[in-house]
Amino acid sequence: MAATSTSMDAERGILAGLLRRPPAVAGLVVLVVIVALAIFASQVMPYPPGQLSIRSRLQGPSLLHLFGTDEFGRDVLSRTIHAGRISLAVGGTVVVVSALIGVTLGLFAGYFRRLDPPLSRLIDAMMAFPDILLAIALVAALGPSAVNVVLALGIVYAPRVARVVRASTLVIRELAYVEAARALGVPTPVILVRHVLRNLASPVMVQGSFIFANAILAEAGLSFLGVGVSPDIPTWGTMIAMGRQFMDQAGWIMWFPGVAIILSVMSLQLLGDALRDLLDPRLSRTT
Amino acid sequence: MTPAAAPSASSQPDVLPEGILLRVDGLKTHFGTGNRTAKAVDGVTFSLPRGRTVAVVGESGSGKSVTSLSIMGLIAPPGRIAGGRILHRDREGRVRDLARLTNADFRHIRGPEIAMIFQEPMTSLNPLMTVGEQIGEMIALHERISRGDLRRRVVELLKKVEIPAAESRADDYPHQMSGGMRQRAMIAMALACTPQLLIADEPTTALDVTIQAQILELMRRLQADMGMSMLFITHNLGVVAEIAHEVVVMYAGRVVEQAPAETLFGRPSHPYTRALLASTPDPDRDIAADGSRRPLAAIPGFVPSITNLPPGCAFAPRCPLAAQACRESPPELTTVAPGHVARCIRMEAA
Repeated sequence: MAATSTSMDAERGILAGLLRRPPAVAGLVVLVVIVALAIFASQVMPYPPGQLSIRSRLQGPSLLHLFGTDEFGRDVLSRTIHAGRISLAVGGTVVVVSALIGVTLGLFAGYFRRLDPPLSRLIDAMMAFPDILLAIALVAALGPSAVNVVLALGIVYAPRVARVVRASTLVIRELAYVEAARALGVPTPVILVRHVLRNLASPVMVQGSFIFANAILAEAGLSFLGVGVSPDIPTWGTMIAMGRQFMDQAGWIMWFPGVAIILSVMSLQLLGDALRDLLDPRLSRTT
Repeated sequence: MTPAAAPSASSQPDVLPEGILLRVDGLKTHFGTGNRTAKAVDGVTFSLPRGRTVAVVGESGSGKSVTSLSIMGLIAPPGRIAGGRILHRDREGRVRDLARLTNADFRHIRGPEIAMIFQEPMTSLNPLMTVGEQIGEMIALHERISRGDLRRRVVELLKKVEIPAAESRADDYPHQMSGGMRQRAMIAMALACTPQLLIADEPTTALDVTIQAQILELMRRLQADMGMSMLFITHNLGVVAEIAHEVVVMYAGRVVEQAPAETLFGRPSHPYTRALLASTPDPDRDIAADGSRRPLAAIPGFVPSITNLPPGCAFAPRCPLAAQACRESPPELTTVAPGHVARCIRMEAA
């Protein structure tokens, strides 16, 4: 009884709980700033991100160009902000895709005993591959494009969601109210959606924040390796890839998108850690 | 050995005497296989007349809950129904064997025909949905209904189970309610499908004594008002006296005695039933006028393991009347009086 009511209270007080943890506050602030910059990119960018200016190419950071300019004289600050839009969008959709696949797999594996062995082996097999390698293979098979990168990363991260969903479903399936629902004739699909799925929200949310962070990193990695989104779409990854050639003369071209990646990934990780502590009933405290 | 029993049982036609809603006939529910088979229910037979309350009494592990789960088709592997029939008459008067029903067919049974409530009112409700939502879900499963009507029906049901301020309580989450209230809400959920038969598996065990009495009174009244039948699973003989018309006493997976409630309490035949009654506290009997107390009689020994039952009567090792014949072969159910059966060969010895 205590467990159910504390988890209810925890859900209600997520924000309050986060605000009581300094690392989470730091993560939240940085993330809000990054997301706000991405949303209001067109208002805050000092220059159009694609505006060429051969005369002012490869200039270091100055008051005119806070983050300097790249080899075509484009403003690195504007491009970093603009690239954030795409990087975040890719990360966000990867979370959605992996959650859709992972929740479905995990739910079926956890609820239906017969499906568990084959689905669990599939999940284990996928998790045995190094993330980036599997992603490269998938992109290679699907063909490089932004949509396929999202799809590939979604597939790569789906097993992580599937695992926690399966574990939680195994527990929920045996709860008295699920058995009570069965005894009152509630059909299985309704039980799955209304009684099991609802209770999976917290573990999926926690995994989602980590996957978001990993996806941003992985997208940058794929783009850097040249198997990600097309190089003329600015993402933090493609910016670093392009800037690499000028590393020793104009390092700022890759520093700033690099810093953006570090900040966003770190803030998401901090937030995810805090969320996990808050939502895990075993760790929940009566604060 | 058990599969042999199944074909012979199924060869009999599925007929039920008029007035009988459910007949469990030689039901065997086993867990596992080989010589590690746990015979949780081993040849249980009893009838449930329409509009009556039958209580199944027994200690933990006597198979009473497994019997009810078998009726509901909720036995999951490694458990299985190894033999016997569960004949049930539905609303249309069709008699079917629930032991042989597919999962898809059970959907029409669970809810509108047979509903079940459980022991734990604390955990039998989904903590993430309001009580009203959960009751409404039951109604919406079986009929198309507008939001407004649904709400009205939910409040009506909550009033029927005597939840005060039903209108506002419908929006409460389970954790905002007390144990007794939650059990009332569970009953409302079960009644939402207007079942012909309500199976209650120790519905009052987790509640305070005063609340127990209220819930029992409520269930008895609802049973009478709605004319439904009730199968009441309990280990509490006080509860049985309160609510049951008929009593089935189970021991180690078998029925040892069945009788109308008055008969069972007045003239118990099986030594186990007598021992159970003697071990129930009774202030009138146990405390003398001068204040001296008589210690409560306990049944010596333990319930035998269902994976390793004695060859004869399962109660023989603990029975004060046990004779050599009791230890050799299991006794049959014999009729003591019309409507009263017991599984004992030494009844007269007492």
